[in-house]
Amino acid sequence: MEPLINPADQPEHAGPEYVLHLFITGATPNSTRAVRNIKDICEQHLKGRYELLIVDIYQQPELAQQEDLIGVPTLIKRRPGLVRRLVGDLSDYERVLKALGIMPTLGHE
Amino acid sequence: MQEPNPATAALPQLPKAPTGIVGLDEITDGGLPQGRPTLICGSAGCGKTLMGIEFLVRGIQNFNEPGVLMAFEETGEELAANVASLGFDLKELQDRKMLRVDHVHVDRSEIEETGEYDLEGLFIRLGHAIDSIGAKRVVLDTIEALFSGFPNQGVLRSEIRRLFRWLKDKGVTTIITAERGDGTLTRQGLEEYVSDCVILLDNRVIDQITTRRLRVVKYRGSTHGTNEYPYIITEDGIAVLPVTSLRLDHEVSDQVDSSGVPALDEMFGRRGFYHGSSVLITGTAGTAKTTLGAAFAQQVCKEGRRCLMFVFEESPQQLIRNMRSVGMDLAPLVKQGLLRIEASRPTLNGLERHLVTIHQLVKEFQPSAVVIDPISNLISVGNINEVRSMLTRLIDFLKVNNITALFTALVNTRTYQNEMTEEGVSSLVDTWISVRDLEGVGERNRGLSILKSRGMAHSNQVREFLVTDKGIELLDVVIGPTGIVTGASRLTQQLQEHAQTLAAQQETDRRDRELERRRRVLEANIANLRTEFESVEEELRQINTQEQTRHQTLTSGKQRIAAANPPAQNAPAPGESPE
Repeated sequence: MEPLINPADQPEHAGPEYVLHLFITGATPNSTRAVRNIKDICEQHLKGRYELLIVDIYQQPELAQQEDLIGVPTLIKRRPGLVRRLVGDLSDYERVLKALGIMPTLGHE
Repeated sequence: MQEPNPATAALPQLPKAPTGIVGLDEITDGGLPQGRPTLICGSAGCGKTLMGIEFLVRGIQNFNEPGVLMAFEETGEELAANVASLGFDLKELQDRKMLRVDHVHVDRSEIEETGEYDLEGLFIRLGHAIDSIGAKRVVLDTIEALFSGFPNQGVLRSEIRRLFRWLKDKGVTTIITAERGDGTLTRQGLEEYVSDCVILLDNRVIDQITTRRLRVVKYRGSTHGTNEYPYIITEDGIAVLPVTSLRLDHEVSDQVDSSGVPALDEMFGRRGFYHGSSVLITGTAGTAKTTLGAAFAQQVCKEGRRCLMFVFEESPQQLIRNMRSVGMDLAPLVKQGLLRIEASRPTLNGLERHLVTIHQLVKEFQPSAVVIDPISNLISVGNINEVRSMLTRLIDFLKVNNITALFTALVNTRTYQNEMTEEGVSSLVDTWISVRDLEGVGERNRGLSILKSRGMAHSNQVREFLVTDKGIELLDVVIGPTGIVTGASRLTQQLQEHAQTLAAQQETDRRDRELERRRRVLEANIANLRTEFESVEEELRQINTQEQTRHQTLTSGKQRIAAANPPAQNAPAPGESPE
């Protein structure tokens, strides 16, 4: 688990505000849905502010243990704030946004 | 345990993966179903995790089968620390790539359900772990932890079903542990149906003493022991109590072991107990049961064989000191390594642990004889039934191993009987010696008798015995007017007998003297008569001689007369003279 990111570091880091890792298992329906959903959400709410990494754990099975994955698909939000794990195909937008710390008001554009 | 039936031997048997856990393979008739999942369920503190880990470790050590441990509750470090006391070095096994430990961290607060999902992540992890070391055995330590992390039960249930199927297809022998639920074997009521073998562990406290029991609830495609078997967690891992051999077909010996008391040996037709038989000495308090036991132990050691003594009442030092007072020095035998004295309080352990301790020590020490003093104390640990079943197992175990066993048991002073020895053990033992108090006028004496001795003639007498500073001495039987007498009355009886013998002796002497006197009188008489006879004879002889002399004189006188008067005319003979 990573500590809270010190705001002072952020400018130096110069990385994107949101770092998201999505672990999927090949082209299963859940996985494809998850990919579609996260892309949707990012484009809608975090345009230009995010980095999304999609990993197929069929290809890299050792990552499953490293990342302590159980349910798939899993989205791990590394930044900002606390690390959160979101299990499921991300079709429940409200919960996803809440978990990612994106203000729901932003979603009512 | 089960005899292979020749009819079914031709058919392929269900392949089994031996667990290497003491006793468990006997109960399951060879081990867990190979390549299939087995559920181990039980409440907290039963040793589920331990059994799982031991299954893996034994698999690696004994059968060279790598294993994967997937732990949902404890981390690898915690587990390694927990089992280190049992001599399992998980770290080393992991370094050798024989074991892989994967801690699955499940935390509800960290998990946000956002839609549909499956547990493919778990499958991939497990699959990767299995493939990376070529594992044949897998342990999933409390899979139900998943239920606390993932609220969607429907998904979990179907996924766990899929997991079992998947493990079967992988061909790995799997142990899944689960907490026991209310009225069901597991909390979720799921695992027991999808497992091919279910082992239930139980932790019971009866009368403040904990006993752990194991039962094979189901085993698809195989026979198995259906009883509850006690098991314990020892320093070497789990030991399920060795099953009693149900068949009575152990080898018997024709050798005879001396009891260590020569006079006692003589009461037996073959001067001792058969080697490998079991001997029970029952008696009331203070009847020298321990001394008899120690005498036997000493005798065994003197013959250069090993003897193992379990004492539940005294410490070894105390026993040695006490036995020294009756002329038995056990200390050098202990030093030589021939005698081993194991002392423990009966209440220290449950019965099972006692039994396992005995088993372990017997296996380790390889004694020729075992003395247990006293078995009746074990009653304080369990109820009569449990003690009886334990003793049955113990006696059986020792018999099968051809070890002479001597037990002592305290019996009730008033009734001279005890339910346990009466109903329980006495039918199992081959020789039963009873020692008791013979209470007489103002004193107590010890009497010993043989109640039974299978396969040999034995004395029917109650023998009084003394514990002297030279050991145990059996006294000769003294029979008084009212039967066998002991103690002071025995001494009185002996004195009386002595006096009687003395009187009889004197009487005989007197008679001898009387005879002698008579003989002498008669002899004197005979001498007198002979003298008398001689004088009569002398007299007669004299008379005879005189008679002869007279006759001769007469004859010679006649001749002279004839010569003076010759006959006329040439008379030829005086007789012809015509006178």
